[in-house]
Amino acid sequence: MLSVLRTIWEVFLHAFRKRVTIQFPEEKPRLPPRYRGRIILSRDPDGGERCVACYLCAVACPVDCIALQATEDSTGRRYPEFFRINFSRCIFCGFCEEACPTYAIQLIPDFYMSEYKRQNLVYEKEDLLISGPGKYEGYNYWKVAGVKIGGKDKGEAEREAPPVDLQSLLP
Amino acid sequence: MATIYIDNKPYDADPSRNLLDVCLSLGFRLPYFCWHPALGSVGACRQCAVKQFKDEQDTQGKLVMACMTPAAEGTRISIDDPDAVEFRRNIIQGLMMNHPHDCPVCDEGGECHLQDMTVMTGHDYRRYRFDKRTFRNQYLGPFVNHEMNRCIQCYRCVRFYRDYAGGRDLDCFALRDIVYFGRREDGVLESEFSGNLVEVCPTGVFTDATLKQHYTRKWDLEFAPSICAHCSLGCNTSPGARYGTLRRIVNRYHSEINGYFLCDRGRYGYEFVNSPLRIRDVTWQGGVIDGAAGVERLSTLLAAGKVIGIGSPRASLEANFLLREAVGAANFFAGMADDELRLVRRILEIMQSGMASVPSLRDIELSDAVFVVGEDVSNTAPRMALSLRQSVRQQPIRSIEKLRIPVWNDNAVRDAVQSAKGPFYIASPYPTRLDGIATEVCRAAPDDIARLAFEVAEASDENSPAGRIAAALRNAQRPLVVSGTGLNNAAIVEAAARAAQALGAALSYVLPEVNSAGLAMMGGGTLAEAMEAVRGGAAETVIVLENDLYRRAPAEAVDALFRSARHVVALDHLTNGTTARADLVLPAATFAESAGTFVNNEGRAQRFFQVFIPHGEIQESRRWLRDAMLAAGRIEAEALDRLDGVIGALGRALPRFARVHEAAPPAAFRLVGKKVPREPHRYSGRTAMLANITVSEPKPPEDPDSALAFSMEGYSGQPPPPLIPFFWAPGWNSIQSLNRFQEEIAGPLRGGESGVRLLVPNGAGQQQAGVPPAFQPRNGERLLVPVYHVFGSEELSREAPAVASLAPGPYLALSPEDAKALGEDTAEVSIGGKTHRLPVLVISGLPEGVAGVPAGIPPFTGLSLPAWGKFSRMP
Repeated sequence: MLSVLRTIWEVFLHAFRKRVTIQFPEEKPRLPPRYRGRIILSRDPDGGERCVACYLCAVACPVDCIALQATEDSTGRRYPEFFRINFSRCIFCGFCEEACPTYAIQLIPDFYMSEYKRQNLVYEKEDLLISGPGKYEGYNYWKVAGVKIGGKDKGEAEREAPPVDLQSLLP
Repeated sequence: MATIYIDNKPYDADPSRNLLDVCLSLGFRLPYFCWHPALGSVGACRQCAVKQFKDEQDTQGKLVMACMTPAAEGTRISIDDPDAVEFRRNIIQGLMMNHPHDCPVCDEGGECHLQDMTVMTGHDYRRYRFDKRTFRNQYLGPFVNHEMNRCIQCYRCVRFYRDYAGGRDLDCFALRDIVYFGRREDGVLESEFSGNLVEVCPTGVFTDATLKQHYTRKWDLEFAPSICAHCSLGCNTSPGARYGTLRRIVNRYHSEINGYFLCDRGRYGYEFVNSPLRIRDVTWQGGVIDGAAGVERLSTLLAAGKVIGIGSPRASLEANFLLREAVGAANFFAGMADDELRLVRRILEIMQSGMASVPSLRDIELSDAVFVVGEDVSNTAPRMALSLRQSVRQQPIRSIEKLRIPVWNDNAVRDAVQSAKGPFYIASPYPTRLDGIATEVCRAAPDDIARLAFEVAEASDENSPAGRIAAALRNAQRPLVVSGTGLNNAAIVEAAARAAQALGAALSYVLPEVNSAGLAMMGGGTLAEAMEAVRGGAAETVIVLENDLYRRAPAEAVDALFRSARHVVALDHLTNGTTARADLVLPAATFAESAGTFVNNEGRAQRFFQVFIPHGEIQESRRWLRDAMLAAGRIEAEALDRLDGVIGALGRALPRFARVHEAAPPAAFRLVGKKVPREPHRYSGRTAMLANITVSEPKPPEDPDSALAFSMEGYSGQPPPPLIPFFWAPGWNSIQSLNRFQEEIAGPLRGGESGVRLLVPNGAGQQQAGVPPAFQPRNGERLLVPVYHVFGSEELSREAPAVASLAPGPYLALSPEDAKALGEDTAEVSIGGKTHRLPVLVISGLPEGVAGVPAGIPPFTGLSLPAWGKFSRMP
């Protein structure tokens, strides 16, 4: 009996609490930057595509909803020829972001993806690629990788010695 | 057997092996880099350190390299000893000091031995804060990509390339911590085994340059056990496909055949499958029709009667058999050049007669005296040349037995042996790449080569060349005679058999194509008979199965055949002269898109399985034929739907093939109720790869023909060897995971080797051709012998861009004397009534009266070589 009365009292008190529900979509919620919503592909500080098509996001994905194909430009810089995410399968677990070695793939605080047709939830690279670095500013994978690409010769990456001179006779 | 103690537990071990080998065979996870089962130990990388104890009381112990320590009786070691674990961790830390931050863009990533070993030792954090060393890369040709920064200086590449494969243009340069592995200057790697560097290199210094153009990680590839289709040896391969295209080929270990290595034609020839020349639609008189209409047309033609079928040595047994069933045994013709067919049939007779034992490539490797009779093995069956290169080491290694150096101790053995080589004799009309290891080389015209071999069989005088060869083979423990169809000479084939029989040697023949043996065993008439049948009106429709007849007979004869035939049906992969003349063209599946059986040069039937489902109307040839038979009202075709049904019918119709079904488990085979998955369990993108077409995932395709599934789901353990699609084991992502699949290192795969030998010696040997008369040079004419090219002479690999880029154009090979007498850069020569103007290539060593033209390279396709070539101005 007592517990029933206490429950009624508790419920009554809730009537004076601050409202948590917001009137979406008229009112937009404030979500923290690390909220795991829609997936995007970002660019490095120089404006180049960050994704190097390493396939790690695809293999990390528990629902296998990422498919891509690697290709290279004439200077040896690798990028995805196509990059496809099937959001109708995505569970927003964020494993792809954790697996990404270049901070290219990121989950952003945006979940407003409602479509009448499921087919419209298939996003291609053009739909995913944004024009900025997203959450991680300043990082440029190619600056720490050892391979040579356009604009960065061997030995020009961070913490790299100039290429070895094989003709040198010095001990 | 010795007893050794590993972490205080007793194990049986073979004392002739080293501890690393034994530990890996026993299933321990001991990291290593420089050791390779085929290359032996050098103790260079210090990665396989274990602690060795004197006896039970010894608690101190000492660190030793497992790869350099024999597994002697009573050896006590500890793998888990903290000192050993710490030591191995430090070694990796040192190796990683200069290793670049490349894994995401490195083609080796995901199948990298260095990654595996780093994880295995637990090294996970870089403490070194200084600059990384960098190197410039080299251009090494269309097959191998070079990224020198990644090198960990294990020396495996040069040990394979120089010591094992006999290459000369890859070496190590510079000194101390800047040792560089590459060529003296940029350029195409000369060795035809350069592709193995991709597998031999434990990290990403050497990677597959063709894979790079359509890069896919190992975990994303769909594999199936397959057989190389580019020569007659039947090397086992593991092709990988993704998004409906073939991406690469890696070696699939077979202890009796290819072992750990493939040749570059086998590894890179796959690209023809993706060629723009592929036929993907059914066409009727040039217009595209759909598949059902194509079957309808073919069935009408079949029902109308007067049909002959021309089989193919590059089509599977099953496809040839279906054609034979469709047209009737009497109307089935083997699609080989007539002289070639006679030669292959005779070789099969010799092999079956038991005149000499038929060796596998493994036996060839262990031979200790070799006589190569008129076959350019490096170019017609490259993988055999690699085995032959090992054979010259057998006698020298035996001669240092008293030094008590274990065979696996590679550096010590090579130091002791120096440049000593066992007896190796070559008789060939032109220089071959094996000449460098030969004791003696005999340059002669084809008939003279046959005469030499006949002489060897009878020789008693040790001072003549033939006598020396005979003595060397007679004194050897495992002598070997190698010959083949290369020079298209019946006397050579006969003489090789005679020599092998007289000297008690094993006898291996190189055949022209992947299924030449299978087709010749199946029977069927010659092409000349087929042409006669059409000309005489006995046949109106010709069905050509996976065969370009312009490569089998002179163009005029083939043109005449097609003119007199009312209808020509061609089933093939690539557009060629024959498909251009055909009324009905049906797109046929390649080796990677079909399942079937090939019979190799030792008479071993081996099954290959479908790797992926192709785009377009492409179907297996046997399905086109079976569908047409059914549509034509042939009820018996109903039983020929599945592969097992075809194999069963084949065995019943032709008892020689009764054991073909043993080559691999049937389609109903299951392991704990499951099929064997073609895809690794990490295969990605299942719900996205086709989402651009439709977001609803289609049902995975079914495979009614095999116990393999087009899926990542299924049995996760080790399947029987004929069904192993790829090698992978937990913690071992690289090709080195193979260690986990073998009974013992470098031994057979667990479950026994695959393939079944169809030829059982019956002791009915009959000598046929006698000794030919000596070769007589002619005035104003030269005997044009076929000069083979590993890249270019084979029909299908010619269409692979990387291979094609190394294929030569047409030329005329002349001896320096002839070239001097001619005095021009080009020569006009008429062969069989046709005149060609060709650039002259000087080959020193061509015997008098002999010249050469490239085999299998237009315009010399379809020509029966050797042939006499007439020169307008030549003495």
